[in-house]
Amino acid sequence: MTASRVHLVDTTLRDGSHAVSHSYSPEQVRAIAAGLERARIEYVEVSHGDGLAGSSFNYGFSAFPEEELLAAASSELRAAKLTVLLLPGIGTQEDLSMAAHYGAKVARIATHVTEADIGEQHIGLARSLDMLACGVLMMTHMVPAEKVAEQAALLESYGAELVYLMDSAGAMLPGDVTTRVAAVRGALSIPVGFHAHNNLGMAIGNTLAAVEAGASFVDGCCRGLGAGAGNAQTEVLVAALDRAGHETGIDLYAIMDVAEGVVEPIMHRPQVIGNTPLMLGYAGVYSSFLLHSYRAAEKFGLDPRDVVMELGRRQMVGGQEDMIIDVAYQIAREKRGDGAHAELTPRESAA
Amino acid sequence: MSGSAPRVGAAIIGPGNIGTDLMYKILTKSLYLDLRMMAGIVRSEGIARAEREGIETTTAGIGPILEDDDIKLVFDATGARSHLRHAPLLEDAAKVAIDLTPAAVGPFTVPAVNLADLYEAPNLNLVTCGGQATVPIVYAVARAAGARYAEIVSCIASKSAGPGTRQNIDEFTQTTAKAICTVGGAKRGKAIIILNPAEPSLVMTDTIYVDVETPDREAIEASIEAMVQRVQEYVPGYRLRVPPLVDGHKVTVIVEVEGAGDFLPKYSGNLDIMTSAAMRVGDELARRMRTREK
Repeated sequence: MTASRVHLVDTTLRDGSHAVSHSYSPEQVRAIAAGLERARIEYVEVSHGDGLAGSSFNYGFSAFPEEELLAAASSELRAAKLTVLLLPGIGTQEDLSMAAHYGAKVARIATHVTEADIGEQHIGLARSLDMLACGVLMMTHMVPAEKVAEQAALLESYGAELVYLMDSAGAMLPGDVTTRVAAVRGALSIPVGFHAHNNLGMAIGNTLAAVEAGASFVDGCCRGLGAGAGNAQTEVLVAALDRAGHETGIDLYAIMDVAEGVVEPIMHRPQVIGNTPLMLGYAGVYSSFLLHSYRAAEKFGLDPRDVVMELGRRQMVGGQEDMIIDVAYQIAREKRGDGAHAELTPRESAA
Repeated sequence: MSGSAPRVGAAIIGPGNIGTDLMYKILTKSLYLDLRMMAGIVRSEGIARAEREGIETTTAGIGPILEDDDIKLVFDATGARSHLRHAPLLEDAAKVAIDLTPAAVGPFTVPAVNLADLYEAPNLNLVTCGGQATVPIVYAVARAAGARYAEIVSCIASKSAGPGTRQNIDEFTQTTAKAICTVGGAKRGKAIIILNPAEPSLVMTDTIYVDVETPDREAIEASIEAMVQRVQEYVPGYRLRVPPLVDGHKVTVIVEVEGAGDFLPKYSGNLDIMTSAAMRVGDELARRMRTREK
């Protein structure tokens, strides 16, 4: 083990936004961003949980316009760099330009692990906007290390200055992380990052494994907030990296204070590994599906674990939240035999 | 009936997968079209296939099509940049262009919704595959219940997304969102595209969410049912997967599109719905041209 400098991206205001159903207000964003700045976090990610322009029926509407949230974060950040996430197919180059206008300095362009080529234009635009262009591969557990390395090399060829591997389903064990990060490190000349989910309780362990395998950028969320069972818990990660001999430059007391004093009061529920989040990791299903699976299961009178297992069997990828409705509908129809539509119509709400 | 007047001469530019699938559709299913030429720029597999079917071919691009007075309808299955060049040439030569590229020179055309308004247009654009699959549903919901906002999620098999779509994915979302409003009748629109690499490949699925003014379930169901039948007339693999779920003012509908397998694999419903719509437009225009000439 060699001690090294590790850069930390705090994504409480992006991945964490899943856990609060995209309800962050500009005031909350300002308070969290100011706290992260005080703790000397280097990168602060602010976006809808599904990336810029993710506000939708499919992923949940944001309570406030993205422009206001970016502006709020910008007003508090000095040394820390405002970071945004964009999923081509959901957000567009126009959205990235908007984010740059509001002070975003880092663009993370994320595609499914086999579809890197849909991000070429967006990486190019990030470079031309003078942003740090970071290519991101999601759901990296779904393919072998060589395939991950091949797609990461594509991102590098498009101009990415950094490549991230995401364990979006929280389905990997430390050995899976090690082989994938090592393969990408071996194939690329640019730094590698890793983003964990805690569905199998592996977020901190996997992140340490990634760093040991050569990753120099890692993600965390205060109090472990995030989709599914959440992400690596930023303040725990800071302490663990320090104990492992890696320098982050982050003030441990200050980050603990943000987590407890600012983030915790905003949380809708404790970030624990409940049964359904556990199933996401077990079945290899995109973590953002969690709350949507609860809702669909409730509407159709199903066990959300069955819905998650079927989504995994069908090999659904990130962004396919609509297929949760499809799966719940089909399971309910099978259970009730002939499938008369009237019986399947979910309870109407007064909304 | 189709025997009383001669068929109308047509040509395809762009002998790639889409052009080839369209060729087989016209040869086996068209009632009113006489496919007279397949044009490309190099000797390709598509050109060879056209030759084997006894179609005249050229590798000189659009030129020979412009010179053939018997060709009245031209399907452009090249790319947006090429179509921008082809469009004025075709209009000058008085040939109607049916544009399968994202160039959108002419008005958006979704056969089940607005073809009847566009019989005189010199150039008709077929929006996107997602647009062909979802705009009819948006329109059906809008006419029954009013659409304050419509959003669609189109999922296609990775294998059926060509380099054109991949390198220009924003074009899909922006063009489809526009058509949801201008043709579908929604006040605001949003489109999302997902590529799924699952094996075996999944058929195209499309989810349509609409924020309606008057959530009248029966009216919405009847309107959608009628519309699905209308689309099925020219896209046999178009099916309602999840009938309308009405939750307050939110209506959710999921459709799937299985290809006919004329040339492309059946999971490529996204490509099939484009070639099927193109042929529908061509056949309708040809039918009217024949009636007019009689």
